[in-house]
Amino acid sequence: MYAQLVKAEGMKSPEEMTPEERAFQERIDRGEKIEPKEWMPEGYRKTLIRQIGQHAHSEVVGQLPEGNWITRAPTLERKAILLAKVQDEAGHGLYLYSAAETLGVSRDELIELLHAGKMKYSSIFNYPTLNWADIGAVGWLVDGAAIMNQVQLQKTSYGPYSRAMIRICKEESFHQRQGYDILMKMCLQGTQAQKDMAQDALNRFWYPALMMFGPSDKDSIHSAQSMAWKIKINTNDELRQKFVDQTVPQAEYLGLKVPDENLKWNEEKGGYDFSEPDWSEFFEVIAGNGPCNTERLEARVNAWEDGAWFRDGLMAHAKKQDARRAAARLAAE
Amino acid sequence: MSSEWPLWEIFIRGQHGLNHRHVGSLHAPDADMAIRNARDVYTRRNEGVSIWVVKSNDITASAPSEKGPLFEPSNSKVYRHPTFFDIPAEVGHM
Repeated sequence: MYAQLVKAEGMKSPEEMTPEERAFQERIDRGEKIEPKEWMPEGYRKTLIRQIGQHAHSEVVGQLPEGNWITRAPTLERKAILLAKVQDEAGHGLYLYSAAETLGVSRDELIELLHAGKMKYSSIFNYPTLNWADIGAVGWLVDGAAIMNQVQLQKTSYGPYSRAMIRICKEESFHQRQGYDILMKMCLQGTQAQKDMAQDALNRFWYPALMMFGPSDKDSIHSAQSMAWKIKINTNDELRQKFVDQTVPQAEYLGLKVPDENLKWNEEKGGYDFSEPDWSEFFEVIAGNGPCNTERLEARVNAWEDGAWFRDGLMAHAKKQDARRAAARLAAE
Repeated sequence: MSSEWPLWEIFIRGQHGLNHRHVGSLHAPDADMAIRNARDVYTRRNEGVSIWVVKSNDITASAPSEKGPLFEPSNSKVYRHPTFFDIPAEVGHM
């Protein structure tokens, strides 16, 4: 998902736990929220920092593929809408960085880890947005998949993370709808060329969207611990299935064909059977070898470094103002 | 050498005259910028009519470990709730 392949600590049985750890687990099992500064196992804290940090980075890097089309949007209205959407993503990044900061890591530290290649962001943002239909597909599929993940995370055990998710979910459904709206226009009222564009976008984004949920957690020990701690509520496979079941009828409404020969309704399980994405491609993209990894990270690093003088300038001004106020107060006494 | 902007806690008063409510935090170099940033981050959809910003460092919080003793006094005083008292049905609404 926005936090794929988050490394978690190995899982302990109740007998191996210290009394503190056991009491902590019992609180989580009772559905209590864990709040900043309360005692928590080091592994819980570390896993959360990785997961929330990766999630925050994804929100911010996720602005880049869409930002590419702000100046190229077909109408002024589409441009204003896309701008608002991309601005939301910046806000979502901020809510999440703030949640991570309550765990004792600073935002600058997290940003530096991202820039040094020591933290990741979602694989999906390493794919290019080649035409306007891609912006529709990103909103519809990528935000759609993100919502699927984030809705369950509203119930996560860590209070600040849960609250950030609740806020984000409130704003996110606008994102998915604006994407679908772009595709409705192209597919239902557009020319053949526009329909072809939309189909092409679906062809390219379908499997990368399925990869967003991460590999099957059948073999993952990390998932088990994260689920026990309720920093992950559903398995990757459950979410992927739900996403496919929800999305296929939406594609049909648009008159688009999901690029999967094996896609078939399975009456017995009450869901679709579908092909797995190519996981070797996923691991390549995660390892830094996707189509746009270099470009994305470069854009982030440049924005950070080119903005340093400005951030420092504002800070210097604030300090000067503080000093001036302090001097004035002293003079008045 | 860059220094990180301080953290601010943001409180917003909603449309209906309720108290300012904590909505989250953000980094800003000073209070004025914190208010501007809070406007952009936390009131993009008419969420509020007034913003307070407070430096996170200036907030004193009760310690989570003292939660028990701190709140115990009210736990034992159930008679502070109206539901403690049984009022006969024939008395009517009270």
